[in-house]
Amino acid sequence: MTTPLLALEDLNVWFELPGGGELHAVRGVSFELEAGERFGLVGESGCGKTTAMLSIMGLLPPNATIAGEVRLDGENILARGEETVSPHRWNDIAMVFQGAMNAFNPVQTVGSQIEEPMHLHDVAEGKLARRQAEELLERVGIPKDRANRFPHEFSGGMRQRAAIAMALACEPKILLADEPTTALDVMVQAQILELLVSLAADFNLALILVTHDLPVVAQVCDRAAVMYAGEVAESASIDALFHRPKHPYTRLLFAATPDLRAGGERVASIPGAPPRLDKPIVGCPFQPRCDSAFAPCATETPLLKKVGEQHVAACHLNDHVREPATA
Amino acid sequence: MSASIQGGAAAATEGVDVAAARRPGSIRHVALREPTAIAGLAIITFFVLVAILSPILVTGDPKEKVGPIFGPPSASYPLGLDGGGANMVELLIAGTRVSLLVGFCAALVSAFIGGTVGVLAGFYGGKTDVVLMRTTDYFLVIPDIPLMIVAAALFGRSLTNIIIIIGVIYWTTTARLIRAQVLSVRERVYVKRARALGAGNGRLIFKHILPQVAPLLVANTVLLVAYAIFAETFISFLGLGDPSVISWGRLIENAFNDDAILNNAWWAIIPPGLCVTLVVLGATLFGQSLEDALNPRLRVGHLSVRRFKVRPLRGKLDSE
Amino acid sequence: MSTNGSKPLLEVEDLVASYPVGRGLVGAAKREPKLEVHAVDGVSFALNRGEMLALVGESGCGKTSTAQSVLRLIETSGGSIRFDGQEITGLSSKDLRPLRRRIQIVYQDPYESLDPRFRVGATIEEPLQVHRIGSKEERREEVKRALEVAGLTPPELYIDRYPHELSGGQRQRVAIAASLVLHPELLVADEPVSMLDVSVRAGILSILDELRDNGLAVLMITHDLSTAAHYADRIAVMYLGRIVEEGPTREVIENPQHPYTRALLSVVPKRDPRDRGTPQILRGETPNSIHIPAGCRFNPRCPMAIAECKTVDPELRRPAASRDPEHLAACIRV
Repeated sequence: MTTPLLALEDLNVWFELPGGGELHAVRGVSFELEAGERFGLVGESGCGKTTAMLSIMGLLPPNATIAGEVRLDGENILARGEETVSPHRWNDIAMVFQGAMNAFNPVQTVGSQIEEPMHLHDVAEGKLARRQAEELLERVGIPKDRANRFPHEFSGGMRQRAAIAMALACEPKILLADEPTTALDVMVQAQILELLVSLAADFNLALILVTHDLPVVAQVCDRAAVMYAGEVAESASIDALFHRPKHPYTRLLFAATPDLRAGGERVASIPGAPPRLDKPIVGCPFQPRCDSAFAPCATETPLLKKVGEQHVAACHLNDHVREPATA
Repeated sequence: MSASIQGGAAAATEGVDVAAARRPGSIRHVALREPTAIAGLAIITFFVLVAILSPILVTGDPKEKVGPIFGPPSASYPLGLDGGGANMVELLIAGTRVSLLVGFCAALVSAFIGGTVGVLAGFYGGKTDVVLMRTTDYFLVIPDIPLMIVAAALFGRSLTNIIIIIGVIYWTTTARLIRAQVLSVRERVYVKRARALGAGNGRLIFKHILPQVAPLLVANTVLLVAYAIFAETFISFLGLGDPSVISWGRLIENAFNDDAILNNAWWAIIPPGLCVTLVVLGATLFGQSLEDALNPRLRVGHLSVRRFKVRPLRGKLDSE
Repeated sequence: MSTNGSKPLLEVEDLVASYPVGRGLVGAAKREPKLEVHAVDGVSFALNRGEMLALVGESGCGKTSTAQSVLRLIETSGGSIRFDGQEITGLSSKDLRPLRRRIQIVYQDPYESLDPRFRVGATIEEPLQVHRIGSKEERREEVKRALEVAGLTPPELYIDRYPHELSGGQRQRVAIAASLVLHPELLVADEPVSMLDVSVRAGILSILDELRDNGLAVLMITHDLSTAAHYADRIAVMYLGRIVEEGPTREVIENPQHPYTRALLSVVPKRDPRDRGTPQILRGETPNSIHIPAGCRFNPRCPMAIAECKTVDPELRRPAASRDPEHLAACIRV
């Protein structure tokens, strides 16, 4: 078995709360990513997906504590915290933030802001950097003569493209995108998603798309993990998630998403709210809201179990499934 | 257009949660937490207590001559005697009352004028705004000391006049601050909603805008107290103060007039100056921390590189 | 999906609303022409009681401005708005007041639409106080009833809460309750669920659904075509200040005629990963509404544009391939 490009193993993140106590935001998240793969990290607000993603880059505040491993090409980059993760930032793993459109320095030209990481990480200098920045801009669909313009002269969609160019400045292997199209119109969203897919293909770039928008993941990703209350509820190919979900939350989340094609099918909401993460959770975190909860759910925490080829789920409904033989 | 980034610590708390109910940005929240706020408040409280208790602490006439002119500090008179042979300690205590009284009242006058101008200009906009803001600008430009001298000369030297003069000079920054705040609150969705359902201007101002603006006004008023006390001090120092009352500024003026420096009588000059400094410091500390906490600038969460901690992994299914 | 056979509750005809764009001192000195954002550029539609009409489109299409014009929150420069037969465009604020009881609005941001210093009960009671309705006890009863309709039961649990103690979904329910307490006839819902989690949205939208079944007319503004497809009776697609296609929901979704609608529907992501289809991604972005293209406003980006499209500004009419007489599209090629 070849080493995956990126592997998260049992990632846990705690935040110290100002009044004392801890918020356990990420509770044992594991998944793997291969080169060139498009992976979705899906969940609603507060499920820990953004925190998990920030952990991969080590971009956490001082009140955060991490446990578990994030292995890049087999090496645990979180082993000694900032010291081991910073050499990989931007060089190997880069990120496009939510609201990246507004993350530009208004008094610096867009071109120079794309060159900046090249200088910082000693990738290129001077004229070479300038040329590479212009090429990147062209690649993301911005004419290179716009490199000398300022961010306010760009529209929202163009700025998002520029943010993607900036993320690619040091030719990373992995691109993390946090809600990259959330604030964009549906047509611009389609353009940006198309861009991300083509970039992933051309540069053999692995893509982790973090979003709450299930249909976006359905259209763009090969595999996805659905997160709930800081844990992975289910992880599988996107086809399996929709057609053969093994966790009620996955099924209900899809059912709660209206779809153009669904005709008269009822859209359901999921009653209740996610559990608090500053207290210990007993049993399955989804149990209070689950429509299929039964005896063990309230008291026993379900383990993430293999329920098919590249398909894991943490639900007692799968308890009868014996571990299939590994391929 | 979906839910914004939730800071790590704010994620996933259940809906109805009364325990976490303290509203960020309320005055109580700040006053009880920030060390600078506590320090400032302590200083002000101390002086306020002195002022309130001064009739008890000082029996008889503090100006009474009890010893030689500029008598040095001694056991019975810890801060010595002034140019008229009166006990400095008693004079200071008596002066606390006046200085603080003028300070607070003038600050209130300023706050009232500034607050009203700010709210009206910010809420109504248009011509009202232009007229009020131009007026504010004119007041800003007028040099305060010459104005005070002229006013004192014209209207006589009484406490009331001083309060009014100070009040009338210092309302301008308040007006600007409040106007800016009102402009932003006016655009908030809940104000628009109230307007959409037919609420009149009065209701919008008093029920929706003023409560949002009040904390900032309070914070600003505390700062105004600092300005006002200082203003009173130098008005009195210039000899324009009310001759019939004792204030710290008056004490300093007297000391200068009686040649305290020539007599090396530092105890006649420094203590009153120190009192003024301390009160102004206290009010500024308290006022600044309030303003910092209440200023509607959003706290920006920084994704800057920081030192997070790494914990060795414990057993996989520990219920944390 | 009941429609009242009689006169529509709301009739909008050729509505025009625009905002001036600042030129600045330099611009004025150089005598640059005064520019305007043509937010609403000739919009006509009707809404019946017990009907939900969704105004859909991307940002800048004018859907929010149209809704605000209907509520007389922004000034219009042309066209007519008739509510229950009465022309409301020229009315003074005083004359508008009684109308403010009959038309209500729910806003997009549940975190901003409630006054943080007002308890839930006070927020919901406010409309009654503004219009001086009922005694204190009667108002309290109305508040409780509104909370129940909005799904916040038992009402006593919520009346004394502050907004910051509630989740986004609960806050939006409070906002809905506050809009219902005056028993309006028309409710404008501006992106009512776009800031809420997916699992919570259906709950909120089902409230609007039921209210519609009980005779309330709902004008829903949304950029989310999937939501509109599910809940609305009719859809009107807007582009650069005009309605380019409208009709019964099923008809517009399954048989779109206008090229813009077709492109839009093709790029909306679907839940089923097997349903990736061939998205028709238009190049570039929607131009701003200051300089509206001549002829058909969509022609610069239209995959079907011909020479005539640059000169002819099409009217809304029934396309040849439509299956419903109420299905209209503004395109000379269909």
